[in-house]
Amino acid sequence: MQVTEYKPKIVAFCCNWCSYAGADGAGSARLSYPEEVKIIRVPCSCRVNPMFILRAFQRGADGVIIAGCHPGDCHYTSGNYFTRRRMALLFSMLDYLGIERERTRVEWISAAEGAKFSKTMTEFCATVAALGENKRLEDLRCKK
Amino acid sequence: MQRIGVFICHCGTNIAGTVDVKAVAEALSHEAGVVFSTDYQYMCSESGQQLMREAIREHRLTGIVVGSCSPRMHEATFRKAAAAEGLNSYMVEIANLREHVSWIHKDMKEATEKAIILGRAAIAKVHLNAPLQAGESPVTKRALVIGGGIAGIQTALDIAEAGFEVDIVEKSPTIGGKMAQLDKTFPTLDCAACILTPKMVDAAQHEKITIYAYSELEAVKGYIGNFKAQIRRKARFVDETKCTGCGICTEKCPMKKAPNEFNMGFDKRGAVYIPFAQAVPKVATIDADYCLMLKNGKCGICSKVCGAGAIDYKQQDEIIEREYGAIVAATGFNPIDAKVYGEYGYGTCPDVVTSLELERLMNAAGPTNGTLLRPSDKEHPHTVVFVQCVGSRCTETDERGKPYCSKICCMYTAKHAMLIREKYPDTDVYVFYIDVRTPGKNFDEFYRRAVEQYGVHYIKGMVGKVTQNGKQLRVQASDLLAGEQLHINADLVVLATAIEPDKTARSIGTMLTASMDTNDFFTEAHPKLRPVESPTAGIFLSGVCQGPKDIPETVSQASACAAKVIGVLAKDKLTCNPCVASSDELLCNGCSSCEKVCPYGAITYTDKEFRGPNRTTLIRRVASVNPAVCQGCGACTVACPSGAMDLKGFTNKQIMAEVDAICK
Repeated sequence: MQVTEYKPKIVAFCCNWCSYAGADGAGSARLSYPEEVKIIRVPCSCRVNPMFILRAFQRGADGVIIAGCHPGDCHYTSGNYFTRRRMALLFSMLDYLGIERERTRVEWISAAEGAKFSKTMTEFCATVAALGENKRLEDLRCKK
Repeated sequence: MQRIGVFICHCGTNIAGTVDVKAVAEALSHEAGVVFSTDYQYMCSESGQQLMREAIREHRLTGIVVGSCSPRMHEATFRKAAAAEGLNSYMVEIANLREHVSWIHKDMKEATEKAIILGRAAIAKVHLNAPLQAGESPVTKRALVIGGGIAGIQTALDIAEAGFEVDIVEKSPTIGGKMAQLDKTFPTLDCAACILTPKMVDAAQHEKITIYAYSELEAVKGYIGNFKAQIRRKARFVDETKCTGCGICTEKCPMKKAPNEFNMGFDKRGAVYIPFAQAVPKVATIDADYCLMLKNGKCGICSKVCGAGAIDYKQQDEIIEREYGAIVAATGFNPIDAKVYGEYGYGTCPDVVTSLELERLMNAAGPTNGTLLRPSDKEHPHTVVFVQCVGSRCTETDERGKPYCSKICCMYTAKHAMLIREKYPDTDVYVFYIDVRTPGKNFDEFYRRAVEQYGVHYIKGMVGKVTQNGKQLRVQASDLLAGEQLHINADLVVLATAIEPDKTARSIGTMLTASMDTNDFFTEAHPKLRPVESPTAGIFLSGVCQGPKDIPETVSQASACAAKVIGVLAKDKLTCNPCVASSDELLCNGCSSCEKVCPYGAITYTDKEFRGPNRTTLIRRVASVNPAVCQGCGACTVACPSGAMDLKGFTNKQIMAEVDAICK
């Protein structure tokens, strides 16, 4: 029997000004993190609609991370505060629905923190991988 | 259905080294809507762009996906190329295959798989892209420079020389900054005041420059071309328009107990003071913490002696509002507080001073009129020890210091050592260093002169401890090259303290929404190619607020910054970002949720007529977005409960399509 190593699917929403640039910084400094992480660029972390996260889990994502500027440093002055409050609410609801807290995360990563980006993603990947595949919310009809 | 072209860049071997670019192009060619897919060595090059333009023409492409470096690098390049062929710029999407794939992954198979997925996500997004038209906004032809040190002065002068108005906001009573406090400057040893003060006067006299000294930035609103700033003009209790700067009040003030900041606290000044003789504007300022009249209502001598009647004890802070097209941060630096390094005795032993304090002790206009005397007993020191890298180049375990090299200390210490040896040949000078760093024109020659001609003792090794030993200081140090411990009895110890960004930089950075690094230096838009711009459009960086610099570097960066500002101010109109929010009036229920979260006040509500059933007319309250004010953060799109608000270029459907493609 062939044993394939389990690889989680991870969606990372990164704000254009801090965390996406931080991810670029991680690239420039050749600081690797698992290839399971796929980044979606959004202008601000507050652009992330809870709907996107539900959709990701519905389509079989095993973890979702949202990365934005540090509190107080938002390019749009207050966007990340909205993110913080919205996601606190959403994550507790997801927890209730059976999607463990560890599968969802909000992180503040600045444009200068390439090292933090790579460290956070590596760590998040390991946490999600340890939890195993996400079955809750996944809509099997989406899988062909 | 879109007709999509896919262009995968090798970036030399940067991408092709880890990603099988041919396999990516081949895999993506089978995606729905893709009519053309290719790879090329350098997509961003002239011939690469040509290849893209030909494909657009030949295959009548309506959408483009480029698999290349970060969109932060070349998105604009590819958008321009598409536009040149008549395709709307916003029909181009980038899959970041370099920073997010090839540079971080080593396994070819895994990296190629990830590249294909990212390519698919970009294709899914392009399917839903719509052509966007960028609007235009006017430009206020005036610049704001925050900070009136040499960086701010030079930037302001250069902008003003190009014919644009400039305001300088300086928090202290005079412009001049740190350079005004310096004695001589390396590597030419010309006096700082002789080269700085004429520039200060130039700035003051320039018809295009307005100096708001003793003022602070209170708030900033707006965006490139259209900033609105509130400036707090702190109460000087002296009418700037009447004061002639004669200085009689400063002489007659009976309260001579305020520490003189300009002389690093070595002497006292009056409660009413002019920081130094060449101050610009040359206007007296009353220090409310010390003034007897302001504190107890008794005294009033300055008011009596002032011939111009400029003293005004009732003066209040005033807030003025000005409009600007561009803003320059030139907030400068401060030495760190050497007290955190208790082992060097700073703060406990009076004869342990910092380098900036030594500048004042050696300055002809300083507290000792330029004669080098120990602060404790005003005696001439015969042995002087310099300690380098105090707080610079610290490892992670040392939380007191900074991880970076402060860059200027090696050179100014060589200067100090040389000046002391020249003025007082009977003095022994020791310099303890980790490395001597002297890159710069004529810098190494300068340092060698200190060693060879002036006989300064350079010793590789760090000082461990400085203790008071009677009238002298006992310096315990190691000589790494000789491998021995040294004990030196010194009369004066000078600490080359690290420099750090001014404490106000962080709050100003927040006001400007300009990003900063972990050390509170402003981040530049690109470390090599855009070193004087902040990633935030319309915010520019001048001087040490961006990173440690000496004077020649600061001045050249300040001029470079001015050139960039002039580039903005010279335009009559700027193209706006078309990726803004817009509301679907038919879905909007007028709840005001979006209006409440908008940080820019871009959303307003209007009553609109709609056609109702049976030929009736309904009046409904609906949101409308001002595209010139909206910055496109998308906060409103999530707040909207009815899904009426969406963000162009990042629509719900587009992002959802990306999520689907990634999770497939």
